Amino acid sequence: MIEIEDLKKVYVMGEEQVPALAGVTLSIQRGEYVAVIGHSGSGKSTLMNILGGLDRPSSGAYRFEGEDVAHFSDNQLADFRRRRIGFVFQSFQLLPRLTALQNVELPMIYAGLPPRDRRARAAELLERVGLGARKGHRPTQLSGGQQQRVAIARSLANRPDLLLADEPTGALDTKTSEDVLKLFSELNAEGLTLAIVTHDPDVANVAHRRITFRDGLVISDEHGEARP
Amino acid sequence: MNPFELVRFAFGAIIAHPMRSVLTSLGVVIGVAAVVIMTSIGLGAQTQVTNAISGLGSNLIIVMPNFQRGPVAQAAGGGFSLRDSDVEAIQKQVQNVAAVAPTVRGQVQLASDGANWNTRIEGVTPDYLEARDLSVTQGRMFDEREARQGRKVLVVGATVARELWGDSDPVGRRVRVRAVPFEVIGVLESKGQAGFGQDQDDVVLAPLSAVRSRITGRRSRGDAVQTIYVKAVSDSTLDQVQEEVTNLLRDQHKIRQGEDDDFQTQNMASILEASQTAIKTFTLLLAAVAGVSLVVGGVGIMNIMLVAVTERTREIGLRMALGAKRSDVLIQFALESVALSLVGGLIGLGIGALGAFGIAKLGNWPAAVPAWAGPLALGFSVAVGLVFGAYPSWRAARLDPIEALRRE
Repeated sequence: MIEIEDLKKVYVMGEEQVPALAGVTLSIQRGEYVAVIGHSGSGKSTLMNILGGLDRPSSGAYRFEGEDVAHFSDNQLADFRRRRIGFVFQSFQLLPRLTALQNVELPMIYAGLPPRDRRARAAELLERVGLGARKGHRPTQLSGGQQQRVAIARSLANRPDLLLADEPTGALDTKTSEDVLKLFSELNAEGLTLAIVTHDPDVANVAHRRITFRDGLVISDEHGEARP
Repeated sequence: MNPFELVRFAFGAIIAHPMRSVLTSLGVVIGVAAVVIMTSIGLGAQTQVTNAISGLGSNLIIVMPNFQRGPVAQAAGGGFSLRDSDVEAIQKQVQNVAAVAPTVRGQVQLASDGANWNTRIEGVTPDYLEARDLSVTQGRMFDEREARQGRKVLVVGATVARELWGDSDPVGRRVRVRAVPFEVIGVLESKGQAGFGQDQDDVVLAPLSAVRSRITGRRSRGDAVQTIYVKAVSDSTLDQVQEEVTNLLRDQHKIRQGEDDDFQTQNMASILEASQTAIKTFTLLLAAVAGVSLVVGGVGIMNIMLVAVTERTREIGLRMALGAKRSDVLIQFALESVALSLVGGLIGLGIGALGAFGIAKLGNWPAAVPAWAGPLALGFSVAVGLVFGAYPSWRAARLDPIEALRRE
């Protein structure tokens, strides 16, 4: 589904050029559950931003189901994010003014779904993540774990091909982290492709494949079932 | 995406901070209200002046002695340079004249049935009614013969009738004018207030020769006329009549080439036109000054929109991550700014209309909100919202989603 070849990203800071990705080649198949591991500054977040269409590489190829995402225009990238990608962030990124239901509806508004359809689908998704009883709650009335589940429901709204999660358990305690990871495993079991950026080995061990980054390069790529 | 959803986003953001939104649009509220009130005051002035001038009669040329002339002329004519012979000459020689009405004026005390009233008396001929577009509602006007004979009869204005006799019929009453008894034979139709609070019904008409011999005679020659009203048959002949009257009177008064006239003619239409132009300019000026406050209101909106973009940077980043195009973000913030301004404009329009109504009621001034004030005010507020929302919206749309999402 995803093919990356010799991907490079260089940030220009004043006169200095800081390489964030120094030539990454990898591919991800449909249905995979990938953990991207590395210290901060290793380039893993940059890779996620490029994979999610929030950023463009400086050089190299990025094909998503054959589409040349590396050379998309701003509008094409916006379309790509809307149709293909679901984002889950460490800090949830829910809009505080909106209820849980309205937050989940938001991506479907940009997709142009009629109000009745998107409300029904948002309600269905909140049921799916176990928050059927909290549709009318605002983010401030929900616990961290509940907020992250609302965010996951939102990421699924437009039936993405790839779910990208950036430290999804970083702001959660152990118990709620486990709930969120269990939800990810279930979604993967239903066929959703997942890529999770994390520095937490416990989180990485849930995935079926662990790609480790250091200094903008892949230093290991282990396949295998989830470790106990 | 559905543009209606963007409108919903915009109003949602405005409703989220009700106090702030109200204060932000206050500038536009004041600006629009000021423009509406100023415009309606200006239009009121226009109505006022039009009524005052057209109340004098239509297609009318007023001929008066020229008091600006030198001291020698003053001594010779005593300020009464017009004569009965001038009136006859105009009647005989000028084309397209509907009526010629010579008048003399005086201020007199009237006494009747124990009541007193001080009013203006006009010594006129029967043609005066036609020249000044007047008519008699009760009784009758005196005729040519009565005028020539200088009969002591009066046609009174509505105010005079009310002050002296209340609701009872004035026709047939005896009135003493400076101790000379006159008989009331008619009542003029009410013309109401002219502009500037002058009561056009506070007048009595009497035959020219009677006024000359009984009222003003002691101070002037027997054939002197103070004002000659010349009514042209139509609007299009007004200029021609004015020119012919001027030439004829110069002839009559033996004024040589290059000498100043000892009389002046005023054309009501051109006076009306000139004063209307002046008032329009004045109104435009007032509205422009009021419009400056609209600009100030716009700057207030721009300020708050810039704050909003900074505050909601993360929201903008999130919306982009969820698939919003830069144009979606741009339109969302532009609509928010336009909505703020438009709501301010609507409130301002309401306050302005109320203000104009208040001025009309309390100030006794015909201030009216014109029908086009509504669309104009709203158009202006939309324009203000667009112009001053453009830069903040552009800033929002240019944000880098990664940076924006990372912002605290």
